[in-house]
Amino acid sequence: MNDMITMVDWARAQFALTAIYHWLFVPLTLGLGVIVAIMETIWYRTRDERWLATTKFWMTLFGVNFAIGVATGIILEFEFGTNWSNYSWFVGDIFGAPLAVEGILAFFMESTFIAVMFFGWKKVSPRFHLASTWLTAIGASLSALWILIANAWMQYPTGCEFNPATMRNEMTSFWAVACSPMAVNKVLHTVTSAWVLGAAFVLGVSAWMLLKGRNDDHCRRSIKVSAWFGLLGIVLTSISGDTSAVTVARLQPMKLAAMEGLYRGSTDQSIVAFGILNPAKTAGNDEDPFLFDISIPYGLSLLATHDPHAFVPGIEDILDGNVPGGDSLSVADRMERGRAVRGMIAAYSDAAAAGDSAATDSLARAINADFRHFGYGYLDKPTDAVPNVPLTFYTFHLMVTVGGYLVLFMALWVLLSWKPRLLDDRAPLVKKLWLWLSVATVPLTYVCSASGWIVAEVGRQPWTIQDLMPNHVAVSDLSAGYVQTTFWIFAVVFTALLIADVAILCSQISKKSLTDLDTPNT
Amino acid sequence: MEHKGFWHRAWRLYADGFREMTVGRTLWLIIAVKLIIFFAVIKAIFFPDFLSSKAGDDNGKAEYVRQEMQKR
Repeated sequence: MNDMITMVDWARAQFALTAIYHWLFVPLTLGLGVIVAIMETIWYRTRDERWLATTKFWMTLFGVNFAIGVATGIILEFEFGTNWSNYSWFVGDIFGAPLAVEGILAFFMESTFIAVMFFGWKKVSPRFHLASTWLTAIGASLSALWILIANAWMQYPTGCEFNPATMRNEMTSFWAVACSPMAVNKVLHTVTSAWVLGAAFVLGVSAWMLLKGRNDDHCRRSIKVSAWFGLLGIVLTSISGDTSAVTVARLQPMKLAAMEGLYRGSTDQSIVAFGILNPAKTAGNDEDPFLFDISIPYGLSLLATHDPHAFVPGIEDILDGNVPGGDSLSVADRMERGRAVRGMIAAYSDAAAAGDSAATDSLARAINADFRHFGYGYLDKPTDAVPNVPLTFYTFHLMVTVGGYLVLFMALWVLLSWKPRLLDDRAPLVKKLWLWLSVATVPLTYVCSASGWIVAEVGRQPWTIQDLMPNHVAVSDLSAGYVQTTFWIFAVVFTALLIADVAILCSQISKKSLTDLDTPNT
Repeated sequence: MEHKGFWHRAWRLYADGFREMTVGRTLWLIIAVKLIIFFAVIKAIFFPDFLSSKAGDDNGKAEYVRQEMQKR
């Protein structure tokens, strides 16, 4: 088994497992945190005790999720240091700086104010308590911001220069790293999608309580806030998704081609709305990419460039170097240049050992001139630069389909919160079906959110750092069995945490929904 | 009335908060067990700093990574 599934595969599987589990907790914290803050703001402004009761109900669920999810992300840092040590060294302070800011500023801000949020109801003024609730929500988003900036750098390494003496990338511009188009889009898309998940959670739980005939007024209050917040979130997610697509088309064209199963691009490029990929199709053969597809004319040109007639390169175009705005280098050319850079790094080491500073200066300049091709020097053949097309394609289409559904779902809930009789006057079966659909939308939104991450991470393979470092170079010299062991430990621990999270959330929802949620003391 | 300082009030916030917790006790237990498993077991036993086990200082680590990256 281990002969086939290598250490790289186990290290990737472990990272994917822990990242996806971690991401089950994080978006609910981000989304629900803001919803609770909005509810408390309404109470602060109206002093209507029913809003205080509603705030406290959702705050309890926020606390459960936060407590169980907290520190699950630290596991990813353990993995960097042990499984991905070449990568950790190679990225130098670029990855470390955002993570340090996250640890010092955002995490401490979040963990300080969350204590006031939960313990401070009778200890601090309502104004200070409200500020603490908002600062907890903002702190959670700031934590996410720095992590997402670090991730965006791996997708689009910028604001840095490689130092062959230390074998590290050194940051030349913090702002280029923090404000790269990839970072801005990633932060906006991820955080606003978390708002949608938080809103879907509140709507789903409220729908379940309405199905059980419990605390009708409390549910309607919750729906009023979460439906509007969810609609705002999904609109912003869609807008940032659109700008993300343009950014990916420009900076990671191979990922976009894989997202669409596009092997040969064209001008006026259509987009596949629904399709079944042909498993026999690989880059370079003459098979049709699709067994079946429904396409929208001009769609991909429009999505990728905002010009319906623009050329969008496919996988084979990119392998051939036919990329608009690119340097016309094929992947084979880039492999040549990458190998040359590897050779210069070896020569640099020899020159440094000989104390030849003129040679090291000259080599450092030559290395950095072609450094953007460096990672290609590790590929065996051009098609190694192609990611897993089926996984990228299907998860992208799943994300977009569920995202489209969520636009309608949130818009409909806004309408129903505004005109409740539109639902109340329906036949009981219709009302029941709608409420159960709302409950089912909670796991569906999680699937959508995880799919987005799979598109982002699988679509950029084989790179740990885009164009600079492929996975098999990034990993440590460890045995597959060693990583396999910790994979299963994490699988057990994280599954136990998830079961605890769901069980405590369900028990709290069930127990508290039986009490009167119109008075704050319950 | 006795005037309490900031640190005393902060202490009371946490002490009273913990004392009055209901579901929070279970959560803190989960957090404590989780952190013990993460740091005392998983980190300490399975996740050493790999490069530190290969080289003592930054120059040694750079050289180790250079050699690793050349032979891949």
